[in-house]
Formats: sequence, C-alpha cells, structure tokens
Amino acid sequence: MTEGNITSLDTEKKVASGLTEQTFWLNMGPQHPATHGVLRIVLHLDGERVVEAEPVIGYVHRGHERMGETRGYAQFLPNNSRMDYLGAMTYNHAYCAAVEKLAGIEVPPRAEYIRVITSEFNRLSSHLLFLGAYLMDLGAFTPFLYIWEEREEINDILNHVTGSRLTYCYNRFGGVHKDIDDQFTAGARAYIKRQRKRFKMYDKLVTGNVIFQNRTQGVGAITPEQAFNYGVTGPCLRACGVEYDIRKKEPYSVYSEVEFMIPTGRNGDAFDRYAVRLAEMEQSLRIIEQCLDRLPQGAYINDNVPQYLAPDPGEVFFAFESPRGETNIFIVSDGSRIPYRMHWKTPSYTNLSILAELVRGQFIADVISIMGSLDLVIPEIDK
Amino acid sequence: MSPVSDPGFLLYFLTQATEREPGFWNWAFYWFSQEVVVVVVGLLLIIGFVTINAIGLIYAELKIAGHIQRRPAMMEVGWHGFLQPVMDAVKLLVKELTTPTAVNRPLFVVAPVIVFLPVLIAFIVIPFSERLIVRDLNLGLLLIFAFSALNVIGILIGGWASNNKYSLLGALRSVSQNVAYEIPILLSVMSVVIMTNTLRMTELVAAQEKVWFVLVQPVAAILYFIAATAETNRLPFDIPEAEGELVAGFHSEYSGMRFALFFLAEYSNMFIVAAVFATLFLGGWHGPILPGPIWFLLKVYVLVFLVIVARWTFPRLRFDQLMTLAWKVLIPFALANLLVTALVIKLIR
Repeated sequence: MTEGNITSLDTEKKVASGLTEQTFWLNMGPQHPATHGVLRIVLHLDGERVVEAEPVIGYVHRGHERMGETRGYAQFLPNNSRMDYLGAMTYNHAYCAAVEKLAGIEVPPRAEYIRVITSEFNRLSSHLLFLGAYLMDLGAFTPFLYIWEEREEINDILNHVTGSRLTYCYNRFGGVHKDIDDQFTAGARAYIKRQRKRFKMYDKLVTGNVIFQNRTQGVGAITPEQAFNYGVTGPCLRACGVEYDIRKKEPYSVYSEVEFMIPTGRNGDAFDRYAVRLAEMEQSLRIIEQCLDRLPQGAYINDNVPQYLAPDPGEVFFAFESPRGETNIFIVSDGSRIPYRMHWKTPSYTNLSILAELVRGQFIADVISIMGSLDLVIPEIDK
Repeated sequence: MSPVSDPGFLLYFLTQATEREPGFWNWAFYWFSQEVVVVVVGLLLIIGFVTINAIGLIYAELKIAGHIQRRPAMMEVGWHGFLQPVMDAVKLLVKELTTPTAVNRPLFVVAPVIVFLPVLIAFIVIPFSERLIVRDLNLGLLLIFAFSALNVIGILIGGWASNNKYSLLGALRSVSQNVAYEIPILLSVMSVVIMTNTLRMTELVAAQEKVWFVLVQPVAAILYFIAATAETNRLPFDIPEAEGELVAGFHSEYSGMRFALFFLAEYSNMFIVAAVFATLFLGGWHGPILPGPIWFLLKVYVLVFLVIVARWTFPRLRFDQLMTLAWKVLIPFALANLLVTALVIKLIR
C-alpha cells in the first residue's frame, strides 16, 4: 500500500535494521457489516495480527442526557426506547421506576408484574438478536433468519399491548399504559412452550458445532479482575464466573418474588458469553411463566399521578439489569417540572472499553468474534 | 484420436514444417478443417453451458437457501422466480463498470478475465459422456488442475490492483488457501491415478465400469471433496471473501460485469470440482437405464447441492484454522492414503 500508510516507530527500526516487515492501519467501520452500526475501530495490523486497536465512537451522538434536562419527566419517556433500541422496554421500565423512587409514587402490584413480563420478553428478543447477529458475524447466515422468526413472535405479543414493535413506550409513572388481556397471556404461554423446544435445537445446531466452538472457545477471554477494572457488566461479566445480577443482588420491581438462576460461565471467553446468554433466555422464560401464574388482579396504573410531575428537591440513583448489563440512572431534581441533571451509565460503553485489550495480538477474524460476543448496541454507547 | 491429443504431434508438426514435405499443406488443411472447427464450436458450446449453468446454479442456490431458511425465496419474476437470475444477469450486463481512481487500471481490468478464462479451458476435457467431450486429451486431469491453479493469480491481481486493504488481505488469504489446498487435492487424486495408470478422463471413467472408485478409495473421495470445497472459496472455507470480516474481500471494488465474471468463475468452478469428483469417484457417465450425460449431470448436481447446503449451514472457519486443517489433517491423511494405495497396488501386480 502506498498512500495513507503510517509506520510505527517499531517498524521504522525494523526497516532500518534491514527487515522489510511493515505494519499498516485499517479502518474497520464506521461502515462495516460486523460493527452493527456506526462504530469505527482503527486497527493497527501486522499482516492478519492486530498490533493495536482503538475504538472510535461518536458517529451517532444524539445528546439524550441533555434532552432529559430540557423537558419534563414524562416528555423524556420516548427517548428511553431510542437509547438502546433492542432493550427499549427494560430502559422504559427502569426510568419509570427511578422517577417513581424520586417522586415517591406507589405502583399497583399488577403493574409491577406486567412490567417484569414485558421487560423479560424484551430481554429475550434482545438476546435472540444477539445470537443471530453473532452467528452471522461468524459466517452462518441461516440461524439469523430462524431467530428473526422467533423475534417476530415476541414482537407480535408485545405489539398487542404496546402498539409498537421496537421502540416501546409502554410504562408510565405509577403503572403501565394498558392492561394485558387473555389474548396476551395465551400468546405468551404458547410462545414459552414453543421456545423451550427451540433452545434444544440451538444446543444441537450451534453449541455442538465444531466450527463454532473453534471460533469462540478461548477467544477474547476476560478474567474477573480485568472485568472489574474495565467495568464490564452483564452477561460478559457473568461469563467470567462472577455471579452478579442486579435483578438478584438489588432486586427492583417484583424480581425478589420470582425464582430464577444467575447463569455463569467459567473461562469468560466468547463461547461462555454465548452460553450465558442462551441460559439467561431460558431463565427469562421461567420468570415470565411465574409472573403469568401469579399475576394479581387490580389496577394496572396509579391514577393519582399528576400530569406534570414536579418531584421535591433531591436526587435518585437507580441501577437495573438491561439485556447488556448494569445500567445506572442518576437524576437530580430541583423541585421544578424539568430534571436539573440526568445521567445514564450504559453497559455497552464500558463493555466496549475492554475491546482494545482483548483483540491485541489476535487475528482480524477474532476481532469480529470478540466484538460480536460483547453484544454492543452503538446508539446506546453514543447516547 | 485427434492429432492434438497425441504427444508426438508437436514434434511431427515441427519436422513437417521444417522439411517442407509436400504432404504438409494437405495435412495443415486437414488440421484446420477438423481441429479448429471442433475447438471453436466446443468453446462456444462451453461458453453457452457455463452461462446457463451459472444462471441455473444461482437460481438453485437462492431457492435452496430459501428453503433451508424457511422463507419463500424469490417468487416474483416468472414461475417461482424462475426468470429472476436471468433478470439479474441482464442487470449486471447493463450496469456501469465503475473504476476507482486509485486502482492500477490495467491489472484491475484484466483480473476478472484471468479468473474466468482458466475455467473455460478446464471445461474442454470434462467428459459429459463417452463421446460428448470437446478434447479427450491424454493429460486431461492434469490440464484441469493446471488451469484451476491459474484462477488464484487472477484473484491476487484483482485484490492487489484494487488498492484496498481489505481486498489485498482477501487476495493474500486466497493465495495461501489455494496453495495449501492444491496439495491434498492432488494427493487424493493421485491415489486414483496410480490405480488406473492414466490421466485421460474417458479412461478414468471407463475403469469404473464395474465398481465406482468411491467404494475403493473412500478416504481419497472425502479428502478431495473437503479440499475441493475449499478451492471453490465456498463456506465454511470462504475466508477470501468473508463478508463479515473483509467486507467482500478481493472483489470489494468490482461492479457490474467484472464482478459477474468473478461470480461466474466461482459457480463454474463449483461445477468443475463436482465434475472431477463424479469422473474420478462416481463413475462418470455410468449408470443404468438413463443416457450417460444425464447420469453425469445428475451426479454433478447432487454434489453441487451438498456444497450449497453446507454453505447455508456452517459458520466460517478462521484463517489459521483453515491452514491447520489443510496442513495438519488433510495432507497427512492424503499422503498416508497414497502410500497405502501404492503398497497395495505393488503387492497385487
């Protein structure tokens, strides 16, 4: 390559000493099929090996936090679903819970159960998309379409109550927008039955596949210490063997009333991250099933919540488990109708920070494998 | 037998031409009237067949993919989308041939042709039946492998001339992959060749009148099939293209008919690889009731079907794993198989 070739100092030394080795820079992204959005990774390559990698973000920056500080609490609701468009319902749920904590609003138990059901459905669809997209990154296109079919079913179920298929805005302060009906319950139960069989199929088709194992086992292994240092959360952290899940450790909503496990991995490699997500999907099915069984009768929204919310001066910190990991919301109220300060800590951002360390010395193909296994959603990073 | 396929032909031609024997011009006239006509008509037929074959295979690939992926695939143009590949071909023909400014223009233009031409030549010696073969050369098998190895030069030139780092990486991968996989292919084929003692395609088929070599040489057949799939750059061995990693690898910068030539070469290569497998291991045109060419095409397309199904089933191997498979698994097995075959033949004869 002639133009745009920057040689590192190391290489210059090599050239001076008579060696003809040369390293080069490669832009992976912002337009690349495997970055799942406009993420740019500047790779410093020595042949197929990565010498150094630097993620460059900021191509879809939309200033959501600032927008939260310029409009009322309820007016910010639709923005939640645009932050992480794959886990929209969980964000929606958590934002409402945070504001309720700040303003001291009571939520009827039925609403809490509905929230957990819909959030877990959203977690399922998010993990399903991860599974499909990850396999597509590794070159297997067919599973992606199988998963799309299953995701459609979840979208249909949620569409029935929320009216939208991707960017849900279903939760309200004090409850949910609309009550769930028998059709929803029947559809959800039928889905759980079908999906359990399909997970067995994935176990056969994907987990047991030698090529898939070769591409993922031992690739991008994270140690628990590394994970703590970089702030890696969610399934990526649990894959290292750390049993940490906000739903269990600091339960919000009705997570303390349902039984479920925290699946963990052992090696923290890409394969474990896949396996943890697959196991987590089964746990989500369990949670939904229990919530459907125990769903109490009564109101689905607290009618006493004022239209224009103006919480007393104070601040709230709320942590929740989004499909990608621990997300934190921090809101400061000065007593007006508009939040004084709003801050979101999103898991993709911290999970991305470890990418450079993981890919150092690996092949280009491993960069794809590692990046895919971190399950990044770029608009969530560039909030 | 035609003069061209005789190894003494060139010597004969030279001595005749230098000594100016009166019979030379008679002979030359005969040669032009016979050989050139056969080769020209044969080449035209091959070009026609390659095009129809590629269109058919594209249709088959998309339809099979559709059924594997539980979707209807194309249904709009013609009955069950039958005319869709034809329309795609027309679209590719009329598309603009964009050439990025920074490319090495002559090499960039010539690369697709270099990829495509060897494919045409390899078709010359493929025996569709006992008589349906353009030229039954006595080094037929060698010709196929010699020319299919040229394919990779075109890919290297295309990748290099594109002046795109992804293309270059794809081209380099392709070269190392082809070098690695030529060896197990040739070694596995050698064990058949030393059994039959010939490289002539028709004789290789004729030797399987009683029993197909896939039963005699199962290891060689499996090794050949794996290595040949890798040769055609198909999943799970499509790392030179690797759309997830290298965008589209060596042909990222190509458009229109230039891109189509790469594609045409890939689909024709699939056919050639399967045809060689059918010739060497599945008894070529042999089979009951149906005529020879139908049996031959049937066997070839069943193999092509397997390759297509594999593409839509497996993930892609990593580059080093691909190399490991070739050097540490396929080549030792192929060598061992060759040695055992040689030993057995030595003992029998």
